[in-house]
Amino acid sequence: MIEFRKVTKSFGARTILKDLDLVIPEGKIVFILGMSGTGKSVLLKNIVGLLKPDGGELFVDEHPVHRLDETAMMKVRKICGMVFQQPALFDSLNVFENVAYGLRRHFDLGEEEIIRRVQESLALVGLKNVEQKQSHELSYGMKKRVSLARTVALRPKILLFDEPTTGLDPISTNRVNQLILNLSKDLGTTSVVVSHDMVSALKVADHIVVLEKGNLLTQGSPEEIRKSHIPLVQDFLAEVQ
Amino acid sequence: MESGKDAAIIQLKKVSLSFEGLEILKDFDLTLNQGDSLVLVGPSGSGKSSLLKLMAGLLVPDSGEILYRGKNLSTLSKKEHAQHIAEVGMLFQQNALFDSLTVFENLYFVLSEVEGVEAADAKRDEINSLLAEVGLDHALNLYPSEISGGMQKRLGIARALCLRPRLVFYDDPTAGLDPITSRKIVSMILELKEKWGATIVTVTNDMMRAYQLAGHCLVCFPNEFLATGDAEATRSFTDPRVQQFIHGHVDGPLGAL
Repeated sequence: MIEFRKVTKSFGARTILKDLDLVIPEGKIVFILGMSGTGKSVLLKNIVGLLKPDGGELFVDEHPVHRLDETAMMKVRKICGMVFQQPALFDSLNVFENVAYGLRRHFDLGEEEIIRRVQESLALVGLKNVEQKQSHELSYGMKKRVSLARTVALRPKILLFDEPTTGLDPISTNRVNQLILNLSKDLGTTSVVVSHDMVSALKVADHIVVLEKGNLLTQGSPEEIRKSHIPLVQDFLAEVQ
Repeated sequence: MESGKDAAIIQLKKVSLSFEGLEILKDFDLTLNQGDSLVLVGPSGSGKSSLLKLMAGLLVPDSGEILYRGKNLSTLSKKEHAQHIAEVGMLFQQNALFDSLTVFENLYFVLSEVEGVEAADAKRDEINSLLAEVGLDHALNLYPSEISGGMQKRLGIARALCLRPRLVFYDDPTAGLDPITSRKIVSMILELKEKWGATIVTVTNDMMRAYQLAGHCLVCFPNEFLATGDAEATRSFTDPRVQQFIHGHVDGPLGAL
């Protein structure tokens, strides 16, 4: 479970998160929607300690991350897998080594197990026969899926996605959606998905949170959000065919 | 694309292109007339960006001809080449802004490179009014890193348009933007197109934007590019691969892409 209690985060004079209260239950898929610049990515970065709240409390599985030092944060980072908006692949490593990197670094696994996990993770994101390719040989959508496979290979308890379907075609988008669903179902992963994509949110989420200017505008199940009369939510719903 | 009363601005004749043995296009024909809006959609890796780059003259085909206003792109004289560059605008997927230049300077630099410093100086007001048109008049002296993603995109569009091109290529102009900003950006692209009568070619992954833009839609699959018509015709195009793609069904005839 992840719990924000009156979390505030500012950059200079700009307050991004204002007294944010939010609970993300264990094993659930929670979508965070909102316009660009409303603090969605800032919210994710606070969870893994890439940013620290200025005020309030933030708990990740009982860990009070708002007051943990760097050493203690490493424990939290091991249970959290973050999928960044930009693929951020290591461009000097081929696809196989990109996906194997974290496995080699954080786990004591035999080579056979590493090969098995890499192949399984690539299959989960719908990629085949790409292990030996270099990142410059891949299209943007493929890079994005390799970066997903790299995070998924570590089997984190909590998965944080920063716009996982941005720039993907409709089929790849649904494949990523299915992946999020499968991980949640098969491994009980808690997923926090920052997104602009209302269509995906309605299909995949257990719970949808809509932020506006760092404040919680509304939240609810997909059915509840679908019926919302709030103008911003309506604007997002206009994308649903 | 049937030929209209207007002259063709871009013609591809029997164009073939492969990368490392992978065939992207084979004997591909396409005609685009002045004022057309062509949208390219398709799975990643299907070659839609390659087609865009071929049309923009950034890639050279293995065989076949690409004609820009009747002239073969591969045999342009120096003067014609310079004219081609001046008449064609491009918005890159990652914007490719000059990060050490301000918003104003990003346009000024392009004008001074292509038309000379004097011409650029004479067009300061024009630059300002174009930036006002895309809603950046309050940000003239900011650097790209100081403005939001949506603003960077609008700056990229203004820069692509600053030479008043006849032909503009937009490579995924709304990637990473929220739907409300995306709709506004596409409305702006269409308004500027109408205002200046430009021809536009857009690659997008977002079907809602494709429908908003499409005069003609080309659905690109590996080895096959299908002309599906305007938004309405594309929605009801019966080819099962097109239906699978536009609805994003994971299972279907397209298989493992």
